[in-house]
Amino acid sequence: MTTQPDTSAAPKQTGFAATDVLVNEFDGGPDTVQRAGTTPDELQPHTELGLKDDEYDRIRQILGRRPTASELAMYSIMWSEHCSYKSSKVHLRQFGDKAPRGTRMLAGIGENAGVVQISDDLAVTFKVESHNHPSFVEPYQGAATGVGGIVRDILAMGARPIAVMDPLRFGAADHPDTARVLPGVVAGIGGYGNCLGLPNIGGEIVFDPTYQGNPLVNALSIGVLPVERLQHKEAAGVGNIVVLLGARTGRDGIGGVSVLASATFDDEAEQRRPSVQVGDPFMEKLLIESCLELYDAGLVAGIQDLGGAGLTCALTETAAAAGTGMRVWLERVPLREASMSPTEILASESQERMLLIVTPQNLEAVLSVAEKWGVWATAIGEVTPAGEDGSPGRLVISWNDHVVVDVPPGSLADDGPVYARPIREPADLILLQADKAETLPRPATGDELRATVLRMIASPNLCDKTWVTEQYDRYVLGNTVLAQPEDSGVLRIDERTGLGVALSVDGNGRFARLDPYEGARLALAEAYRNVAVTGAEPVAVTDCLNFGSPEDPAVMWQFAEAVRGLADGCQQLGTPVTGGNVSFYNQTGAAAIHPTPVVGVLGVFDDVARRIPMGFQTPSGDGDLLLLLGETTTELSGSEWAWVTHGHLGGRPPKVDLEHERRLAQLMARASQTGLVSAAHDLSDGGLAQALVESCLRYNVGAQVTLAADAFVQLFSESAGRVLVAVPRGHEKAFKALAAEFTIPVSSLGVTTSEPVLEVRDQFSLSLDKAREAYEGTLPRLFGGSAELANRHGDPEHAADPTAPASPDRGDEVLITAAAGAAMESAAPIEADGIPAAAAAEVKEPSPTDDAPDA
Amino acid sequence: MRIGVVTFPGSLDDGDAARAARIAGADVVRLWHGDPDLHGVDAVVLPGGFSYGDYLRCGAIARFAPAMESIIDAARGGLPVLGICNGFQILCEAHLLPGALTRNQHLHFRNRDQWLRVEGTNTAWSNAFTAGQEVLIPVKNGEGCYVADERTLDALEAEGRVVARYIRGNPNGSQRDIAAITNEAGNVVGIMPHPEHAVEALTGPSLDGLGFFTSVLRALAGASAGANAGGHQ
Repeated sequence: MTTQPDTSAAPKQTGFAATDVLVNEFDGGPDTVQRAGTTPDELQPHTELGLKDDEYDRIRQILGRRPTASELAMYSIMWSEHCSYKSSKVHLRQFGDKAPRGTRMLAGIGENAGVVQISDDLAVTFKVESHNHPSFVEPYQGAATGVGGIVRDILAMGARPIAVMDPLRFGAADHPDTARVLPGVVAGIGGYGNCLGLPNIGGEIVFDPTYQGNPLVNALSIGVLPVERLQHKEAAGVGNIVVLLGARTGRDGIGGVSVLASATFDDEAEQRRPSVQVGDPFMEKLLIESCLELYDAGLVAGIQDLGGAGLTCALTETAAAAGTGMRVWLERVPLREASMSPTEILASESQERMLLIVTPQNLEAVLSVAEKWGVWATAIGEVTPAGEDGSPGRLVISWNDHVVVDVPPGSLADDGPVYARPIREPADLILLQADKAETLPRPATGDELRATVLRMIASPNLCDKTWVTEQYDRYVLGNTVLAQPEDSGVLRIDERTGLGVALSVDGNGRFARLDPYEGARLALAEAYRNVAVTGAEPVAVTDCLNFGSPEDPAVMWQFAEAVRGLADGCQQLGTPVTGGNVSFYNQTGAAAIHPTPVVGVLGVFDDVARRIPMGFQTPSGDGDLLLLLGETTTELSGSEWAWVTHGHLGGRPPKVDLEHERRLAQLMARASQTGLVSAAHDLSDGGLAQALVESCLRYNVGAQVTLAADAFVQLFSESAGRVLVAVPRGHEKAFKALAAEFTIPVSSLGVTTSEPVLEVRDQFSLSLDKAREAYEGTLPRLFGGSAELANRHGDPEHAADPTAPASPDRGDEVLITAAAGAAMESAAPIEADGIPAAAAAEVKEPSPTDDAPDA
Repeated sequence: MRIGVVTFPGSLDDGDAARAARIAGADVVRLWHGDPDLHGVDAVVLPGGFSYGDYLRCGAIARFAPAMESIIDAARGGLPVLGICNGFQILCEAHLLPGALTRNQHLHFRNRDQWLRVEGTNTAWSNAFTAGQEVLIPVKNGEGCYVADERTLDALEAEGRVVARYIRGNPNGSQRDIAAITNEAGNVVGIMPHPEHAVEALTGPSLDGLGFFTSVLRALAGASAGANAGGHQ
């Protein structure tokens, strides 16, 4: 039995290699540099590859000749929106200019992921990225490889990945296409992350018709590293060997970044399935273990993951970062399909690959570590000197003795086009902002309030997400202190000291639609507060900016405003943006999604044992006191209440006071250190009502509260800067004194009770069983499994419970996506039994086995 | 006492199993799938994960690893072996335990805190529990549905070889709610839920999982005491 592929010698192959092919697929061989020089007028398909005429002219200018076919493909990929950030660059500079770098940041924007020091010898690295379009075209593989890609970014920094989180946004929960996309996305995230052994500790699941034709699948990963193990991507050291580690290269994902990620969806989306990569989490697990072993043995001089843009990106970025040149022999790349052309090899986005730069004397050791883990490792090139005049070196790539690429790597990696795109406030914004939700009819009586609470907690955005999160492993690695549905994921980093981190990721597309500047600051404030309520100190930010087409001035205005808001917010909070991702072209036809900046905040604990959970603790004696921190004003525009009960989106989002948020965070950290609080829960979507229900249901503990005047506003307003806390008796005075010290307003709400009832004095009383039934029934009813849930509750009636969340009365917002949704319906047939055809097939289909070792 | 924890390519809960054994008071020896030498360990844990990616039947490839060849021999000679999740699947593939773990009936991976009733307490890995004791332990699997033919199921029940059953809901459709079984000698136990994830108040839903690891230490201590006593006679 052999379990390991032969990796003994560099150019020698055991699988297919290009040299196996006797006949080239081109008459007379590939398009070479030499040929390009002699056929300057040959027509090239630059437009089809997404390059504009002036961009093509610039390439010719850089090279002093026409590009070869391979070079043209490389430029089209590297100069795509996804890789070059050509539309966003001018705005993103604010993150570096405004936000303080701080003393903790070891690596920031421009690296594979930001790195933040959390103790004398340990650092964490974290980043969030989008995989939106692939996940719509092919939900399972799109979402799976989204996880795989972000995990390799973390790995490339020298870190061991330790967790993932997934902020997800889908179309209307009851739309047939959501039943195709959501189960596939969730299964893909679970299938990849679980098999990789990474706990999934949180995220978001949001439904809104705006995402019907363009769901958002963002993936966040975090890793930990000893400070001295930090890795760099520079291909430094002339004569060093360039090693390709991991899976063999196939035809999957070709054109992923240029075709999928950098263009608007149209009817042909289904035909783009070959542009989606296929994941092999087992290979990635082996890749992680082998890279970590290589790092620890000090065998790596430089490293870069292969993700979007594949070898093209990795080769050009590593060389450009060092200013060196590189010589690569493409026929050495192990292939899945022997007939791949040099262009395809360079453009392939096959997953689970890393590019290493190693010294010649370490090559043998590197290959033997790879062999131990059963991973392919192949020397495909070497680092060459910079020009004698000090100019950067050149990247020269040959294929079977044909030189197909000869370019300055910096021209691809760093010197792509930069656009200051026109911006214009959306024409409908004034009217939209004038249409306030504060004037909508409200429930008045106690009974109406109770019915509204039940309807709200059963609505898709507020309901229990267990149906999704129980498909993720949250326990693996044994360091998960808090995971969903808690406000933040909390991880223990150091078993001896209890050193740990908290992570939360949040966004609200509706708020951002109403005001992208405030929307971005609200997203930041919420993630920051979610981290703070656990008792952690928020220290750094990552972001995933999901927007429509940058060629639409209205979208570009939203983007510019959101970036400005986030940069200003980070400056005010003193938390640097360490890295992130921009995802444009999230639209179907002319209809862009709500601008959706998703913000991740990292917090640090000196000891995770002092984390504050969100659930009320089973009372011993009189119960804990319930206090509300912050102030509630009548802020209903953009709220979940306005949306669920009126299908309304209009007005201005809640105000956000970041100075208040900062003091609130300091208060929570102190309360955690002194053990004054037994539970704390952030107030956000759904307001106080939602927070109370969630904190009660967590451990089935009741609460008795008394509300100030206008119970409705108290229950459903979404004013920012508020936290519900439970304070054990005897700590009340100390806690209030502490709150006064940080000038945080405190109001008394009531007490926790052993009786499983949520009672709002003078208004209504709601049994937790009844609340649970409403809260937990929605997703199983929509996506399957409600009969089983009924079983678990010992209540056969439950499954048939018709307490369906009313689908929002759809307003103008919905109209723009209705057509797109209908188009999708026809494109994605749903099987009669309700199991989405694609998802069902994927579950059963084994992943490609050509990488599996022989048994 | 030395407990070996095997790492296969694709093992994921090996670190957790090692931590649990350590917390229980054992010395932990990490074993490598490619090494047939068991380094003189007194017991072995086959941890959870996706050995070799589990693209073929779960555990079907791992069962042939050099370390497994030695473990199979040693288990037949009485070495206590605990297979958790993927480890349970490997033990079934190795025919050290009867039956098989198949895809969850509802076809989803499922992770939840699961109540179990411990029934068979005469094994090397469950003697610290009392029969009928209810414990809370995380379950997380995609292929955890235990199946066997009726005769085997009847025999398992008749011989008291059902170590634990799911109560208050069956998370994967396992026949007769079976969560854990043992071999005839009681030294080999396969369990689908993850006791190694319930050993610390900070990270687990309970400390109930620890009993599986303290059990084997008791069994080993008893065995060595018995051996010593025998030596003196």
